[in-house]
Amino acid sequence: MADQISMDMILLILAAAVATFLTRIGGYVLITRMKTIPPRMEQALNAVPAAVLTTLVAPAFFNGGWDFKIAMLVALAAGIRYPGLMMLGAGWAAAMVCRHLLGF
Amino acid sequence: MNRSEFYEGLKGGVIIAISSAPFAVLFGAVAADNGLSVMEAGLMSATVYAGASQLVGIELFGQHVAPWLVVLSVFAVNFRHILYSAALARFVGHFNPIQKFFTFFLLTDPQFAESVRRGESGIGISFPWYLGFGAAIYFPWLLFSMVGAFFGRMMGDPRTLAIDVLLPIYFLGLVIGFRRRPGFYPVVVASALGSMLGYHFVGSPWHVSIGAAVGVVVAALLPLPKERMPMTAASETET
Repeated sequence: MADQISMDMILLILAAAVATFLTRIGGYVLITRMKTIPPRMEQALNAVPAAVLTTLVAPAFFNGGWDFKIAMLVALAAGIRYPGLMMLGAGWAAAMVCRHLLGF
Repeated sequence: MNRSEFYEGLKGGVIIAISSAPFAVLFGAVAADNGLSVMEAGLMSATVYAGASQLVGIELFGQHVAPWLVVLSVFAVNFRHILYSAALARFVGHFNPIQKFFTFFLLTDPQFAESVRRGESGIGISFPWYLGFGAAIYFPWLLFSMVGAFFGRMMGDPRTLAIDVLLPIYFLGLVIGFRRRPGFYPVVVASALGSMLGYHFVGSPWHVSIGAAVGVVVAALLPLPKERMPMTAASETET
């Protein structure tokens, strides 16, 4: 079972791949059809990465337990001063401490 | 092909590859847990190549949601890429069509963040650099998701090893990387509120697109800076 490949699964994966590629090229196709980028639109586009990534962070923080909240706050404090991997390490360590030593 | 640019890209991408390896393993493990084979998990990483949406897709597949809804959810989670490719347009206008195909195929969150940083710093984005950066992420992602699928059933509960906190912390790191941009705080607050309201009243994964839309609308409504460089899409995208 674990080594089989089902045709339905392949079709589903390829459909997801096509949907993903459309999102990846869609913005380029739309923007090159326009002659100029209005300043407000440019300002909006510049805000996109922070806006989207925030939506992946906020539910994890607010819906997560204390272990998640503490780990993310520790990571935030670390991330302001140190590079990404240190931030990951600090948050991970905080989560391990919360779960295995403090019992959250 | 400019080799030093390619190697510089590879070097930058390796850091991302290392920090995303746990997520690739996590994806593989979750995929195996939901009944996918190692080959199927590998195929998904090779063709979709978008971490969060792969996890969402697998999660929904495991819940026996209708296939079209799985694809639609993947599209919703990836909707942000429409805005990425629009924002990237001004930096990649000089690429040829085949280069553009690979450019957009490889357009992930870190690839976008790093490309924009490089483009805005004035260094500019060359195709060898972009390809090197992408390749350094793509192949480890594929390899580690298959490793994760292979060992998936042995890993046990991801909570015990605190694997589950890594993904949101990784995204949090990307968010704070943008904190010096004008309008950062109002946009982040608006997106956080929008996504939480979307989460409670509409449900996952729509909170991603709803929260992002709220943040982007707030950014568009913020006062424009007094001095700004005029920019035309035509001059920067058609070369």
